[in-house]
Amino acid sequence: MCGIVGLLVKTPALREQLGALMVPMLIGMTERGPDSAGLAVFGTPLAENERKISLYSGLTDDGADFNWLGLTHELKGHLGVTAAVEPKGNHAILSFDIAPTVVKRWIKEHHPKLHILSTGRSIDLYKDIGTPASVAARYGFDKLTGSHLVGHTRMATESAVTPDRAHPFTAGEDFCLVHNGSLSNPNGIRRMLEPRGITFETDNDTEAACRFLEWRLREGDDLETALQKGFEELDGFFTFLMGTPDKLALIRDPFACKPAVVAETDDYVAIASEFRSLAHLPGIKHANVFEPAPEEMYVWNA
Amino acid sequence: MERLTFDLAAQPLRELNTFLHTGAKEGKVGHVSVLNPDGAHNIAVGLDCPIEVEVVGHAGYYAGGMNKTATVTITGSAGTGVAENMMSGKVHVKGFASNGAGASAHGGLLVIEGDAGLRCGISLKGGNIVVGGSVGSFSAFMAQAGRMVICGNAGDALGDSLYEAVLYVKGSVKSLGADAQYEPMTDEDIAAVASLLDQAGLDHDPKAFRRIASKRSLYHWNADANQEY
Repeated sequence: MCGIVGLLVKTPALREQLGALMVPMLIGMTERGPDSAGLAVFGTPLAENERKISLYSGLTDDGADFNWLGLTHELKGHLGVTAAVEPKGNHAILSFDIAPTVVKRWIKEHHPKLHILSTGRSIDLYKDIGTPASVAARYGFDKLTGSHLVGHTRMATESAVTPDRAHPFTAGEDFCLVHNGSLSNPNGIRRMLEPRGITFETDNDTEAACRFLEWRLREGDDLETALQKGFEELDGFFTFLMGTPDKLALIRDPFACKPAVVAETDDYVAIASEFRSLAHLPGIKHANVFEPAPEEMYVWNA
Repeated sequence: MERLTFDLAAQPLRELNTFLHTGAKEGKVGHVSVLNPDGAHNIAVGLDCPIEVEVVGHAGYYAGGMNKTATVTITGSAGTGVAENMMSGKVHVKGFASNGAGASAHGGLLVIEGDAGLRCGISLKGGNIVVGGSVGSFSAFMAQAGRMVICGNAGDALGDSLYEAVLYVKGSVKSLGADAQYEPMTDEDIAAVASLLDQAGLDHDPKAFRRIASKRSLYHWNADANQEY
């Protein structure tokens, strides 16, 4: 089991409340996923030449006492780059204006236990072990703003309960995926992708789906074409919810083994594994509530 | 008869179900309204007296499961396994129902005015199901007894490995499952469909339905079939 939530606000005024609307959605999925939680939020993109990365220090020796400011000084000294940092305990968002590969390579060399959660111009990503309520409080999810987000509560079945195996998973830039279900051919997907230079960070089945779809997008497929190839190549049970800077996308396996419910109003599109995570949303009594069909693509624009 | 209201925004679900399993049997309360169900699981399960329960909103998993003699109405949608293993009585969903609706129901009537998800009526054991909309793939899989009336379309593998349940479909069928076949509608079939539509409160021409039943070729092991069904 696992829980999935997604929220895309159509009314710009609601962007300020994105996090506050989502927290009850995430907590509503606690019974489906009590061991870890996470979310990716998409907001106004940085300038063309700027990038930001979300970092997790919970696996380092210093944990939540990690010296984030010291990290920016080291980056200045070693790479001559001026980076801004927004720390929240064991999490920080680092932004800078050089190629992210240079910064990420440097981090892997000098701080190998620092986990890079996401890279891009729009995405911020948070995930950790603990109940959804405690993870939401740890990072102040209720204060998050933006146009759309993708969240997950985990009940691990295919790999261990660790922060790096929590969802969302990311690959490339500004792409994330959450998964309810289990894949039966993740190792086949890995064996197909690894010779193409794609490296994996965990043994998690969801990571294979995430890297497969991001690889297709990078090869030039549009989102719909990539998802169609996903239906052809990914075997197993899944409800996938994916985020890009301007889209939220949902697909379910042909057997619809894992649930999903959508509620849409003039103000928002909300997705959850079950209706109980949508019940508190404003205007829900008059929302168009429906169950997404198996093997269909649902794509909403931010 | 008295009427009672339970507001699940203020009262725990257990209070409602405890009343329905105990106090309701005294027969003084004829109608119970359930407000703010908000997708909670197991609403009005295991009822065993002729009471009317109206769930105002969306129900979660297994609503009205194992129902006996009661009438449960859900004004919104129902989650997975609505009216699963129903013995008698009626469960009526005004909206859509998710997967496994009416699974293994032994008796009673399940009405879904909207669409039903996959595996509707799986392993049906004698209950009747009327779906105003369409049903998803693998519906009526291994259904043993009872009838299913589908006013919309059916997905893949309808009636796979059917036993003695009979299906009636008005719309298109994406594919029949192994051992299911179309059969001519008799006067008896038309009367059965008319009666079920009437009980469901749905207006369709009973003559517009097609009958699907078992070929019974899987009833006995055939060593020459070479796993090709």
